[in-house]
Amino acid sequence: MANSISLWVFLYAFWFLLSGHTEPLLLGFGAVSCTLVVYIAHRMDVIDHEGHPSHLSLKILPYWAWLSWEIVKANIDVAKVILSPKLPISPVMFKTKANQKRELGQVIYANSITLTPGTVTVNLEDGILEVHALTIQGAKDVLSGEMDRRVCQVKGEMEGKY
Amino acid sequence: MYIAAVVAILIAIALGLVRASLGPTIYDRILAVNKIGTLTVLLIAVHGFLAGRPEFLDIALVYALINFIGTIAVLKYFSFKDLGHDGRDSNEAHKEDA
Amino acid sequence: MIEMILTGLSWFFILLGSAIILIGAIGVIRLPDVFTRSHAAGMIDTMGAGMLLIGLMFQSDGFNLVLVKLVMIGLALFFTSPVSSHALVRAAMADGAKPLLKEGVELEGALKDEGDKSY
Repeated sequence: MANSISLWVFLYAFWFLLSGHTEPLLLGFGAVSCTLVVYIAHRMDVIDHEGHPSHLSLKILPYWAWLSWEIVKANIDVAKVILSPKLPISPVMFKTKANQKRELGQVIYANSITLTPGTVTVNLEDGILEVHALTIQGAKDVLSGEMDRRVCQVKGEMEGKY
Repeated sequence: MYIAAVVAILIAIALGLVRASLGPTIYDRILAVNKIGTLTVLLIAVHGFLAGRPEFLDIALVYALINFIGTIAVLKYFSFKDLGHDGRDSNEAHKEDA
Repeated sequence: MIEMILTGLSWFFILLGSAIILIGAIGVIRLPDVFTRSHAAGMIDTMGAGMLLIGLMFQSDGFNLVLVKLVMIGLALFFTSPVSSHALVRAAMADGAKPLLKEGVELEGALKDEGDKSY
């Protein structure tokens, strides 16, 4: 029930930001739409902690800032590779371990690897990631474990919650 | 300034069309189409500013979501040859093949 | 004065984003197979789109709904782009596409294919 109410509040805020209307009639229509959506989501039984990650702590914001800087650096590396006339690619494929205990942490880690240009997660099974990297340097950056450690820190607070 | 961005996006879309028609595999084409979709989102957003009508951003937002769902739907169709597939049996079959 | 700085920053970010988009498009043409091409497409999805949207944010005249919508477009791309590129690469892999790999590379710390259950 608490999840449903917070989902409704979130949806209503989202509706208001998108529409920007303040007339009472339209605000009422928005409330009716949000109630309908929450009712349908309740019937579909998708209102659980996964569809509604309110347990993600605010620690993810500094992680996103760090990730953005990593993305900028990786972009510059990939741009250099693409623009150099000899096309010095050395694609490698390797497996590495995700040290996060919960699935959500592993998914955050895998998505961060994919989001960084130059490395793509091909498979994630039982905490083992299969990664394709454009250059050996990119592969070494993943294997250095810096990102893994930071994702563990983000998730550290909620480990053992369920 | 907006014109420069629009020209860059249009050139990139043209290069994406070249990749989509060259192929060679179906996945190259899907990649090119996904990329063209992302570029279209940006083109709509920039065009909204160019024309002085920021309402275009709503369309860009909707297009971003449609682009994502479309890519996933096409990939699912070509992986399982069935959009209603739950994705389990065929995965097991792939593992046994490999 | 402040407006000049904002316009300059806006110019910088929009031109940088356009350059990244062009480089990514060239990469999609130049690189040899679907796995390496997905890296070039990732450039467009992350930094190209991000820089262009940041450049547009400087043009939105302060904090208003236009800025909020630009942030929403950025977040939508930020969350959907890794999912779709992972789905694409995984589907290509499941279909039996073999990536071009550089031979004879030993990576420290990577898990071996079979038999290495030391984790």
